[in-house]
Amino acid sequence: MIATHTLSDVRITLPTWDELLRVLLLEEYNTRVVVLGVMALGLASGLIGTFLVLRKRALTADALSHATLPGIVIAFMCMVAMGGDGKSLAGLLTGAFVFGCIGVLLIIAIRSTTRLKDDAAIGIVLSVLFGLGICLLRLATDLPSGNSAGLSGFIFGKAASMIASDTYMMVGLALFVAISTGLLFKEFSVLCFDASFGSSQGWPILLLDTVLMLLVAIVTVIALQTVGLVLAVALLIIPAASSRFWTSSVKRMLISAAIIGLLSGWLGAVVSAVIPRVPTGPIIVMICGFWFLLSLVFGTDSGVLKRQVQRVRLNRKIELQHLLRAMFELVEERESEDIPMHEILAKRSWSLSQVNAIVKRAQQLGFLNRTGNSMVRFTELGNSESKRMVRNHRLWEVYLINYADIAPSHVDRDADMIEHVLGKEMVRQLELLLAQDEIIDSPHPLGGSAS
Amino acid sequence: MMSSIDWWIIVIGALCASACALPGTLLVLRKMSLMGDAISHTVLPGIAIAFLVTGSRDPFSMFVGAIVIGVLTALFVHAIQKYGKVEIGASIGIVFTVLFALGLILIRQALDHVHMDPDCVLYGSIEFAYFEQDSLFGYMVPRSFIVNGTMLIVNAVLIVLFYKEFKIASFDQALAQSQGFRPELMHYVLMTMTAVTAVAAFESVGSILVVAMFIVPPATAYLLTDRYWMLIVVALIVACLSSFLGHLGAITIPLWFGFNGTVTSGAMAVAAGLLFLLAWICSPRHGLVVLIVNRIIVRLKILREDVLGVLWRLEEREQPVLMQRNLQDLLRSNHLMFAMAMMSLKRSGAVQSDDGAIKLTTEGRNQATSIVRTHRLWEVYLDKHFPQDTHQLHHAASRLEHVTTDAMQEELGTATHDPHGSEVPKVEDE
Repeated sequence: MIATHTLSDVRITLPTWDELLRVLLLEEYNTRVVVLGVMALGLASGLIGTFLVLRKRALTADALSHATLPGIVIAFMCMVAMGGDGKSLAGLLTGAFVFGCIGVLLIIAIRSTTRLKDDAAIGIVLSVLFGLGICLLRLATDLPSGNSAGLSGFIFGKAASMIASDTYMMVGLALFVAISTGLLFKEFSVLCFDASFGSSQGWPILLLDTVLMLLVAIVTVIALQTVGLVLAVALLIIPAASSRFWTSSVKRMLISAAIIGLLSGWLGAVVSAVIPRVPTGPIIVMICGFWFLLSLVFGTDSGVLKRQVQRVRLNRKIELQHLLRAMFELVEERESEDIPMHEILAKRSWSLSQVNAIVKRAQQLGFLNRTGNSMVRFTELGNSESKRMVRNHRLWEVYLINYADIAPSHVDRDADMIEHVLGKEMVRQLELLLAQDEIIDSPHPLGGSAS
Repeated sequence: MMSSIDWWIIVIGALCASACALPGTLLVLRKMSLMGDAISHTVLPGIAIAFLVTGSRDPFSMFVGAIVIGVLTALFVHAIQKYGKVEIGASIGIVFTVLFALGLILIRQALDHVHMDPDCVLYGSIEFAYFEQDSLFGYMVPRSFIVNGTMLIVNAVLIVLFYKEFKIASFDQALAQSQGFRPELMHYVLMTMTAVTAVAAFESVGSILVVAMFIVPPATAYLLTDRYWMLIVVALIVACLSSFLGHLGAITIPLWFGFNGTVTSGAMAVAAGLLFLLAWICSPRHGLVVLIVNRIIVRLKILREDVLGVLWRLEEREQPVLMQRNLQDLLRSNHLMFAMAMMSLKRSGAVQSDDGAIKLTTEGRNQATSIVRTHRLWEVYLDKHFPQDTHQLHHAASRLEHVTTDAMQEELGTATHDPHGSEVPKVEDE
C-alpha cells in the first residue's frame, strides 16, 4: 500500500468519435451484452425500488445485499464439493438469494424480540454476515479444486465478464420483477401508504411485505454481477427517490423511476466501455447520483427550487396582506384617506426598505397610489381588498376570544398567523358562527407597533 | 500455539474495536447506527481524494481528507432529509453509495497501478500490522497500535468530558435543547468522532467491517444493561473479547477442516456477532430464554385459573365431574401445558384426582370462588360502564380476571348477581 504518485499520472484517455459511436449504437457484441443486462436491471430496480422507498425499507435492502456474500461462497463450496468447478451463475445466485432472505428474517427477528431498533438490527446483520462472507471467501480461495477467482467480483461487480447467457437470465428475472410489480400495483400501494388501514380491510399485509422483500432480493441478486453487493442498494433507492421530486402519483413515480434506472444503466455501461479504467458499477451509481441531484434541485413536484419559489410567493402575499391591513387600520384611526409612510412603518416591525418594496408591489397591483410627499392612498380595488383582509383578521380574533378564551390583548398575534390561510369556505363558516356580515370593529385597541 | 505476533494482532484488534465501541454506544442509543455505516463507507473517497490532492500517502492528509468527507456525509444526509423531504434511511443510502462509488472510481483511476489492494478496502490488513513499526517512547511497536491506541484515548477523553451532554442529548433531545446543551452541536461532535475513528480503524479492519465494530458490541451491551456507564463497560469487554475470539478462531477453526486460516477482521465481526447472539438468547432481562420462560409462566397461571374456574362452575351447576382428558378438551389446551398446569395444581393441593376424575379441594374451592367472583364482578362493572352485548362481556371478563389483584377486586363493588343472572359468589372469611 505504499506509493509515491503524482497527479500527472492520472489521465483519462478520451475515446475517438468512431469508438463512441460504435459503443452508443451497440455495435460491439460485448458492449451489447453488458448494456442490455444493465438496462434490464435499471428498469426492474427502479420499479420495485419505488415501493421499497415508499415503504421506508431502503436500508433493509442494503443489509440484504451484504448478506448475500456468505451465500455465494457457500453455494460455491457446495458445488465444488459435489464435483463441479463452482462456476454456475445460477447456483451462486441461488445461494445469494437464500442468504439475502435469511438476512432479512434475522433483521425482523432482532427487531421484534429485542429492544434494539431497525437501525441497529440492520447494522448488525449487514456487518456480521459480510464478515462471515469475507472469512469464507478466504477459505474458498484455499480450495484445491474449483475456480474461486471470480467470487470476489460479486463484491464490487464485474460487468465486463458477463456473457450472453448471463444476460438472458438477468433480462428474464428483471422482466419477471417488472411484471410482478405491475400486477401487484394496487396491493403494494396499499402496503406503502396505509398498511394498518389495509390490514383492517383484510389485505394480507405480512404476505405483501414478504413478496416485496422477495422481489427486492431477486433484483439484488441480479445486481450482484454488474454493480456488486456493496452498491446494489443504490440502484434500488436512488431512481425511486429521484422520481419522487417530479411527481406525487405512484404510477408516474414508477414510470419515471424505471426511466431513470434504465438511462443510468445505459449511460454507465457506455461510459465504462469507452473510458478505460472506469468500473461499470460505480459509474452507474454516480450517474444515478447525478440524476438525484438534478431532481432534488429542479424537480417539478417537490424540488428545492420549486418549493423555494412557492415560499417566496407566499411570503410576498403575506407581506402584502400585512400592508393592506396596516393601512386600513390607519385609515380607521386617522379618519383621513392619505396615510404617511412613517406611520405604516411604525405599525409593524419592518424596515423602511421593506415597506417601500411592498408599497411598490401593491402599487403595481393597483391597490394604492402614492400621493406625493411619502403619502399613500387606497384605490377602489385596494379599499375593498383591505376590507376583506381586515374582516378575516377580526372574525378570527372574535372567534378566538369567544371560543378559545384568549385574552383580547393577546389575540392579535394569533390571528396574524392564521388569517393568511383562511379560505372562503372557512370565512363563511366563521360568519355563520359569529353572525357578522359587515365590517366589524377591532375587539382590542388599535395603534402602536404590533399591538 | 499463539506467537507474539498473534498477541500483537489481538491487542491491536482490541484497541481498534474498543475505540469504535465508544462512539458506537452513542450511535446505537441515538438510533443512528446507520450513520456509522455511512461514514465508514465514505472514508474511502476521503482517502482517495486526499491522495489525489496531495499526491502522497501521508497519513495526516488522509486523516484530514477522511474526516472532511465524514462530516460532509453527515451534513449531506441531513440536508437531503431536510430540504428534499427524503426519509432518513433513503438519504443515508443515497449519500454513502454515491460517495463510495466515487471512491472506487478514483482509486481505479489513480491508484490502479499503485499497490493499493482493493481487498484492503474490504477487510483491512490487521495481519500485517505488526510489520509496520514505529517508535513509541523509544520502543518499537506496530504503527496501528499507536494509531488505534491514541484513538481509544481520545474517544475516552471525549466521552468522559461530555458524558453529561452526550447522555442528555441521547436520551432526551428536547430536554437537552431546553437546558442549553445544544444537541445539534453534540450531533456533529459525535459525527466527527465517528469519522476520525473510522479512518483510524480503516487500515486494520477495512471500510465495511468497521461497521461491525461500531454497532455490534454496543448493541450486545444494550441487551445486557440499562445504565449508560455500564453499557460502555460491557461494550468495551465485548469489543476486546471479539478481537481475542476472532483472531483465535481465524487461526484455529479453519485448520480443523484442512484450511490455512482465514481473515482476522472478518472473524472478529463474526465473533462479535456470536457474542451478540449469546446475549440475545441468554440476557437475564431481555433475552429470548427469559422472554419465552416468562410467557410460559403467564400462560400456566392463566391455565391454572381457567381450570379452577371451570371446576367451580361445574360444581355450581351440579354437573358430573370430568376426567382429566375431557377437561383438557373443554379448555382446548395443548397437552404439555395442560399436564404442567394440572401437576402444579395437584401439588399445591388445589385439586385432587379421584380415579382420574378431577375435583376441587376446599383450598382449591376458595381460590376458584375468588376467581369466579372477580369474573362476575367485572361483568357487572363492564355492563354498567361500557354497555355491550352480554356475550362479549364474558370474553372481556375472562381476560381481565387473570390480571385483577385483590385490591382491585374490592373496588369492583358488591353486586350480588351478574348481568347473566348468575349469583356472584362470596369468598368465605376464615
